[in-house]
Amino acid sequence: MVRTLLVRGMLVGLVVGLVAFAWAYFVGEPPVKAAIAVEEAAAAKAGAMDEGAPEVSRDLQSTLGLLTGILIFSTAIGGFVGLIFAMIYGRIGALQARATALVIAAVGFTTVVLVPFTKYPANPPAVGSGDTIGERTGWFFVLIVIAIVAAVAAGRLIRDLYARWGVGNAVAAGLLLFAVLIGVAHLALPAENEVRTGFPPQVLWDFRLANLGTQAIIWSLLAFGFGHAAERALAGKPLLGRRAAAGASAPTT
Amino acid sequence: MSTQTAIEPAAERRESGVPIPVASPRELLPYWIFAGLVLMLAIYFVGAEEGATSVFSGSAIHELVHDARHLLGFPCH
Repeated sequence: MVRTLLVRGMLVGLVVGLVAFAWAYFVGEPPVKAAIAVEEAAAAKAGAMDEGAPEVSRDLQSTLGLLTGILIFSTAIGGFVGLIFAMIYGRIGALQARATALVIAAVGFTTVVLVPFTKYPANPPAVGSGDTIGERTGWFFVLIVIAIVAAVAAGRLIRDLYARWGVGNAVAAGLLLFAVLIGVAHLALPAENEVRTGFPPQVLWDFRLANLGTQAIIWSLLAFGFGHAAERALAGKPLLGRRAAAGASAPTT
Repeated sequence: MSTQTAIEPAAERRESGVPIPVASPRELLPYWIFAGLVLMLAIYFVGAEEGATSVFSGSAIHELVHDARHLLGFPCH
């Protein structure tokens, strides 16, 4: 069953990646191109030497490269969702398959996307200095780890409190703990603001919305797609089609 | 997770509508170690390779996944 959940998570992630690619291509590429144009104009004005042709052409980067990167990422995230599902299904109250998948995706999106976005938001090309990339990447991943630890702590608090306080109050307490921990992390971690003066704010805004949209598509479609796939797996049904899998016991309804 | 739920009879759980876990932590461990490692590596190559750190020299991987890295929100350059 763990194997089935892992494989289905990755398959759903692969399909979800195609939708995310369509969004990233049509909504995300225009601000990326605009940012590169700003960078090139600034370089030409400063009289800097042309960097020369990249190893991978821009046309390839914005199509096949974008597709490759997004498909690998969303397939891997789908795999993780499958593994986490195998770990927590049946262990959080009476939550059924679809609700469990929804909780995983909501917590995943919050910890891996939203929390780092509020401190180290995505930047388009041309924003950001190559000198600080190591530092920024490091703090970005540190904040993700802190968010995951905070989410686990909140989950444990909810588990310990819900019998006495009821689900609503316990979840509220858990959310409060999460917010406080993230707030402390925000204050403690160094700020990184790489946006140079004069960079068009509309391009930055469009790009950041495109980034959030790409991730929101991946996580929300995974929530529903994997919830469906996991429910079928638990009922002994194949991923697609109406018949029960050969050898699996027919669902008793 | 808690031993209390682990030893609860499956039939009783089914009756109460509480789903039965699909695997014990022990069964899950090898999946987490091996699949988890491979999945992390996949995310690393999309998100950080040839940027902050490099396994391979050059910049072909960075450039190929460049736009995806930006639009997925990883720090890029």
